[in-house]
Amino acid sequence: MVSHESKQSGHAREAIMKVPTWVEGAGRWRAFRYGFLRAMLVPGWILLISACGFGVLAQDAGLSLFQSLLVMAVFFGLPAQVAVADQLARDATFFAAAIAVALTGIRLLPMTVTLMPYLGGKDKGPTEQENPPILAKYQERVGQLIAVHFIAVTAWFEGMRALPSLPERLRLIHFIGIGIGLVSMTLAGTAIGYLLVEVVPPVVAAVLLFVSPMYFLLSLIDTGRLPVDIFAIVLGCALSPVFYLLVPEFDLLITGLFGGTLAYLFGRKFRGLSVVSKNSQKGVLRPPSSGEKGP
Amino acid sequence: MRDLFSGLADNGLGVTLVLLLIAFVAHEPWRWMGLWLGRGVSVDSEIFLWVRLVSTALVAGLVIRVIAFPAGALASIALSSRLLALVCGVVVFLISGRNMAVGVLGGALALAITGFAVGS
Repeated sequence: MVSHESKQSGHAREAIMKVPTWVEGAGRWRAFRYGFLRAMLVPGWILLISACGFGVLAQDAGLSLFQSLLVMAVFFGLPAQVAVADQLARDATFFAAAIAVALTGIRLLPMTVTLMPYLGGKDKGPTEQENPPILAKYQERVGQLIAVHFIAVTAWFEGMRALPSLPERLRLIHFIGIGIGLVSMTLAGTAIGYLLVEVVPPVVAAVLLFVSPMYFLLSLIDTGRLPVDIFAIVLGCALSPVFYLLVPEFDLLITGLFGGTLAYLFGRKFRGLSVVSKNSQKGVLRPPSSGEKGP
Repeated sequence: MRDLFSGLADNGLGVTLVLLLIAFVAHEPWRWMGLWLGRGVSVDSEIFLWVRLVSTALVAGLVIRVIAFPAGALASIALSSRLLALVCGVVVFLISGRNMAVGVLGGALALAITGFAVGS
């Protein structure tokens, strides 16, 4: 079942990705462990620093340390947590808070949809020697429900980076490893921020809050495999302030739909922009010399 | 029950329960919906490309919103400094051969320096 030949053509086949060496003969535990360890690398530390920022904010909003940690773990999406802390500080009603959270959470939907092919969905991954699946069907279903809980910007980026080059049977467990690793990092960060809030000068607090948007932007550029991805980033950046001022409640949703659709239509018009270059390493878009020629 | 829905600010068990409820009513369902919708999607499909571009534009929009219209401590630094630091981060990232840590560090340093220099 595992050795499906997947289509090599098309825009999204993450061209010529190197299969990591640990994959050879890996079982559940190794797939999990390498995922967990992956979360201890740079993105995990960036997330830890961002979580420090949330710890500061949560203390400010009057949450207890336990509540701050709980919010971090059960939401696991910083924008929604910021919204909750903000509503709480302003003594808002349950419904106002729930609507604010729901609106910031919309972005999780497209992220989950785009990660699902790699979490037991349709993408079969690199072909490998006959290896049995390591999860039973019901375990896979439960695993998926656990895995999607970790989907937020950072885990999404890490998943998009790590999963396509893995054989299908290892992906779900590997991603759960990444997720649990990232949650651990954010819990540590929240506690640190919460407890250190008194000591930190304002410039440091500002830098703590700056780190995660900076990381998001660089990750977008890094995982943007096609010229249209870069186009979507530029459109998103340009449209966001406009829609924020016009329709502050729904700005992100409209920015995403409008910018994304425009980039998509642009890619359709100029076919060359939405095809992975054969020369691009790891499927990542390279500067013009090795990139697409354009229309 | 009254406290549960009228206001969130009284601390204690009520707040904890309300926070849990909000997470499971307003936040987690998006992930479940994505799980359900994403099962049948193929990476080579046009839909996949479109959804990915939508989420890309959305996250880019989120970045600019957080930087341009910040809440809390970030607001104490001038808008020009914040935007300059963001650009610095991208430039450092690109010239360092796409090194994530170096890029983020470059942006953060730029923010700290311009934050001091330009003042608040």
